[in-house]
Amino acid sequence: MAVLKDDTLPIRTSEDVVRVRKEVRVQAIAAGFGIVDQTKIITAASELARNTLDYGGGGTARLELVQNGARKGLRLTFEDKGPGIPDLQLALTDGYTTGGGLGLGLSGAKRLSNEFDIHSVVGEGTRITIARWK
Amino acid sequence: MVSALANILETNESGVLAKWLELLLTSANAGGGRIKEAELKAQCREFLTALRQALAADMGGDTDIQSDTFERVRDLLSDVSRSRAIQGFSPSETATFVFSLKQPIFELLRQFSQDALTLADESWRVTQVLDQLGLFTTEVYQKSREEVVARQQDEIAELSTPVVKLWDGILALPLIGTLDSARTQTVMETLLQSIVDQSAEIAIIDITGVPTVDTLVAQHLLKTIAAARLMGADCIVSGIRPQIAQTMVHLGVELNVVSKASLADALALALTRTGRAVVRVKTPIASTTSH
Amino acid sequence: MDRIPILKLGRALLVTVQVDMHDRLAMALEEDLSEKIVATNARGVLIDISGLEIVDSFMGRMLDNIAAVSRLLDADTVVVGMRPAVAITLVELGLSLTGVKTALNVDRGMALIGTGFGAHDGADDDGVGSEDTDGRVEG
Repeated sequence: MAVLKDDTLPIRTSEDVVRVRKEVRVQAIAAGFGIVDQTKIITAASELARNTLDYGGGGTARLELVQNGARKGLRLTFEDKGPGIPDLQLALTDGYTTGGGLGLGLSGAKRLSNEFDIHSVVGEGTRITIARWK
Repeated sequence: MVSALANILETNESGVLAKWLELLLTSANAGGGRIKEAELKAQCREFLTALRQALAADMGGDTDIQSDTFERVRDLLSDVSRSRAIQGFSPSETATFVFSLKQPIFELLRQFSQDALTLADESWRVTQVLDQLGLFTTEVYQKSREEVVARQQDEIAELSTPVVKLWDGILALPLIGTLDSARTQTVMETLLQSIVDQSAEIAIIDITGVPTVDTLVAQHLLKTIAAARLMGADCIVSGIRPQIAQTMVHLGVELNVVSKASLADALALALTRTGRAVVRVKTPIASTTSH
Repeated sequence: MDRIPILKLGRALLVTVQVDMHDRLAMALEEDLSEKIVATNARGVLIDISGLEIVDSFMGRMLDNIAAVSRLLDADTVVVGMRPAVAITLVELGLSLTGVKTALNVDRGMALIGTGFGAHDGADDDGVGSEDTDGRVEG
């Protein structure tokens, strides 16, 4: 699998979340995504970027434009040095929230992606990687 | 140091070309007949010229066809391979384009030197270059075939989901055949886009032609209906066959939507909802009395 | 800080969201709308999101909240012009916005306001709700 483009954006404020959405759109278009796939990956990115900000106390978003054979895709990695998630199973349940939201952030982002990987250590931080293929 | 291959092409390009062409045209495996002789000749000539130039410019000695020097060679091979993939050539027919070049070159290689060791070395180098090029051809072929298949899938998906306008603001989507995830996505997108394009208030999804409805299909239907509602349009499902209705109940699938037995019933409901009624003109007018 | 403008059309409020809102801007809109409903005695709120390229769970929740608050203040909320891709994504995300009414465009949305419970049944064939849109536009 080849990486065609690789950018990292900071997530410190809610304006940064908007910037992540904008940049994901640019990359999704570069990957040749149709309008629905674009919307899905941007929405997933928005959920995860907001989680990084609200629960992780800020962090980074890494955007990679990848190619696997004839297929292009987008791989996004959100990383923070926040408190971490003690119970991943619970955090991935629809409707579960600690922050007063709808609790659809993680589970929703998972449904909107083709690949989803989460790695979290309590006290150290959380890293979530999603990918969507054309 | 100039390799034997570079040397042979430098001194005897036309000889190699003639022999190569002859082989390609007679070989049953080269897909002869499906490609015009003049076109084949042009492809061969361009390829040999590009290969000669690349080899002459290649200073490294260990010939790497992925290097910049070989860009033109790769481009030409890509074109040849891609056009053959689209024309329906088999992978071996396509690879034969490069591999059949071995025979004329090996023949000339024999005259290149009498020393067995030199010959072995040079044969190895020729083989390496040509094998790399052959593999490259196959790779491009494979990729092009995948693209062709993907395009055809898109076309089939598009063809099988016609959205028809029944009345001002009333659309129908007659579904025929099995619904899988990929197709359902196309169906959803087509229907929702048509709702926007035609400002439709009501969409009728007719599933008379759908052989089975399992949990997954039911879920897809529900998602489509939910998405339409978010946009401000209502959906009516029609044509649920008795066996399907029974299966769904047994499966525990609840299709909590407005549903009508037939497309006609659904249209009647849609007309009522949009404030219209169909009435019978008192006496049916016989066409013969009208003039 | 920027604010999303709220227009008064007759007895309805119209909000056209055109920019990609950051979260604080969305929250400010929620507050502004509640105050404006009371101040203008509006019967309905139209939120035109045809310019939005995505609606995520945060914005979805904001729409739900606006609808719930305006219901308490005796006004209907209609979300207007959601794009197909946005609708598909919202459903996949797990949001159905059951508390809000929806309409294809502003005209149809206008017709829905104050027409009781059933959605989409107040629409005529042509010129839907045209007299409502003649209302004076105030900042």
